[in-house]
Amino acid sequence: MTTTSAAPPVPVPARRTRRPRARRTAALSFKYVALIFFVILVLTPLYILLVASFKGTAEADPSNAWALPDAWTFDAWRQAWSELRPNLLNTVYLVIPATVISTVIGSLNGFVLSRWRFPGADVVFLFLLFGLFIPYQAVMIPLAQLFAGLDFPTGIPRLAFAHIVYGIPITTLIFRSYYATIPEDLIEAARMDRAGMLRTYWSVVLPLSAPAFVVTAIWQFTSIWNDFLFAVFLVTNPESWPVTVAVNNTAGSLVAEYNLQMSAALLASLPTLVVYILLGRFFIRGLLAGSLKG
Amino acid sequence: MAEIRLDHLSKRYPNGFEAVKELSLEIAEAELLVLVGPSGCGKTTALRMVAGLEDISAGDLYIGGVRVNDVLEKDRDIAMVFQNYALYPHMTVAQNIAFSLKLARRPKDEIRRRVDETAHLLGLEDFLDRRPKQLSGGQRQRVAMGRAIIREPVAFLMDEPLSNLDAQLRVHMRGEIEALQKRLGVTTLYVTHDQIEAMTMGDRVAVLRSGELQQVGTPTEVYDRPVNLFVAGFMGSPPMNLARATIESANGGLVVRAGSATLPVPAEVARERSLEAWTGRPLVVGIRPEDLEGAREDGAAGGDVKLEVTIDRVEALGASLLGFFTVDAPPAKSEAVAAATGGGLEEVALITREGTPFCATFEPRSAIRVGDRVEVTVDTRHLHFFDPETETALGV
Repeated sequence: MTTTSAAPPVPVPARRTRRPRARRTAALSFKYVALIFFVILVLTPLYILLVASFKGTAEADPSNAWALPDAWTFDAWRQAWSELRPNLLNTVYLVIPATVISTVIGSLNGFVLSRWRFPGADVVFLFLLFGLFIPYQAVMIPLAQLFAGLDFPTGIPRLAFAHIVYGIPITTLIFRSYYATIPEDLIEAARMDRAGMLRTYWSVVLPLSAPAFVVTAIWQFTSIWNDFLFAVFLVTNPESWPVTVAVNNTAGSLVAEYNLQMSAALLASLPTLVVYILLGRFFIRGLLAGSLKG
Repeated sequence: MAEIRLDHLSKRYPNGFEAVKELSLEIAEAELLVLVGPSGCGKTTALRMVAGLEDISAGDLYIGGVRVNDVLEKDRDIAMVFQNYALYPHMTVAQNIAFSLKLARRPKDEIRRRVDETAHLLGLEDFLDRRPKQLSGGQRQRVAMGRAIIREPVAFLMDEPLSNLDAQLRVHMRGEIEALQKRLGVTTLYVTHDQIEAMTMGDRVAVLRSGELQQVGTPTEVYDRPVNLFVAGFMGSPPMNLARATIESANGGLVVRAGSATLPVPAEVARERSLEAWTGRPLVVGIRPEDLEGAREDGAAGGDVKLEVTIDRVEALGASLLGFFTVDAPPAKSEAVAAATGGGLEEVALITREGTPFCATFEPRSAIRVGDRVEVTVDTRHLHFFDPETETALGV
């Protein structure tokens, strides 16, 4: 095909000159080196924990903490399991009801503080929020005295109750922020459909709350599971100790069985790890749902 | 079914802002009353007070003759359609529609029958198992209607139900809602900022401005006899042309002089509007664009007086043609007009020249162009006159 007239020269916009390949590679390498450094930093304690847990009692000593086991053995794990089993069960009995109850209360609170408000809701919320900033340590002695004075059942129920009450501010806060993203119109539509407060909560708000429930449940599960201070302070009977206290007590007063302690620590933290792996996706999603929408 | 009566209803917020000021309205049984006004005029607040979603600060609200100020929203037996539909996202269409009946603990077979009836009425039969997310805007709108209809309430409240739809669908749904309301004969209070919706749908229209009721009447009454400058500017699109003018007597009759244009006022108009008393005094004259027609070639023009004007701007609407020109009279500078028209005409004035922009209608195929000198005819029987101080219409 021939053209009768040449097209006018189109000025080619000057391309942004690319950075030389070598420099890009250097920058990328630096990034990776830095990242790998931090990964190592984070994983070092875990490495020491892991290798020690597979050593024999004699071999597990700080002097050769870095070395891999000469003879791999599950003895420490077996022993930790048999020693900790009752306490693990205690923790399960503690964590499940405490998580469920504090999450449900948080959800109800969040609902009446954001979407079915009552006069003075903001003041009540302020007080609840204040609870977030009271350090554990400050309330422990009065708390123990209160329990004693009330003749409150000892052991796990007492500890669970403390965790439920102590968890209410954070669970309320999470649910209140989440419910703020549910359109007001939806609640009003339910009101016009002649639903009362509980009905609106049950039929409209609750079915939309799954992300907030996941976030709050994970949060409560891990913090109650990992708690040591309340447990050691409020539970005096060793049979009722949750696993965190029992792990602490694997440290004998005369001989330090590092392999046992390390395997016990790992054993005690496995469930929270599993929860994160299973529900972590929802956790992030739930956190974002509150912040991005609305 | 019942009538709704608002008796000096007021809404005052804790910060002192008065959203609704002593609003008195009566909505007859089976009537569709449209509450219309620019955004922020208090129309939605008024509706929400009727719904029971907002407390009433002062005044009384009667539904079916019973004072319901202190009756909870759920006991008022009123259904509401929300602007963004507010469908329950986790429920199917059928569940959304059935929700209120389920709460009322109606028997299962009755619920199923009534859901089917409602779905049939709205053409939603094929969507009953879908969730709101899977529906188009128009379908969601219908589900929202269905949720209200199935209740068989004493009244419907609709809060801008069409404003989230695209223009074409809005026109379509306008007709559907109106037909449905007539068919069901349910008393309806309909809130909108769209004066075309108000004109086309309402049995009667109530115009609200800054929480105060301006005028109530049939769409024709409000359009033909606006009681003040605000209503004149708000109802009608394009809005009424308004300019400052004076009344003078000439040849045994009255003329209105706006800039260099002089128009005779028909005797019956002068009498009706008591213009005699305004001789020599400034007032505001108004004329609707459709009463200001481009002279037709066959001479069969609507107006009785001819004016020669220069076209500044042309807007082709398809079915008609709008031609803008400038009248060398000062505009009826008024907050009310600015609020009603959104200041639209002021902008035109800026890009043209001194004076007041006027809009006239032309035949769609009259090939007028900017700069043309053309003749327009004025239908002087439809002139409007307003007091420039009080801004009220003369002779009302």
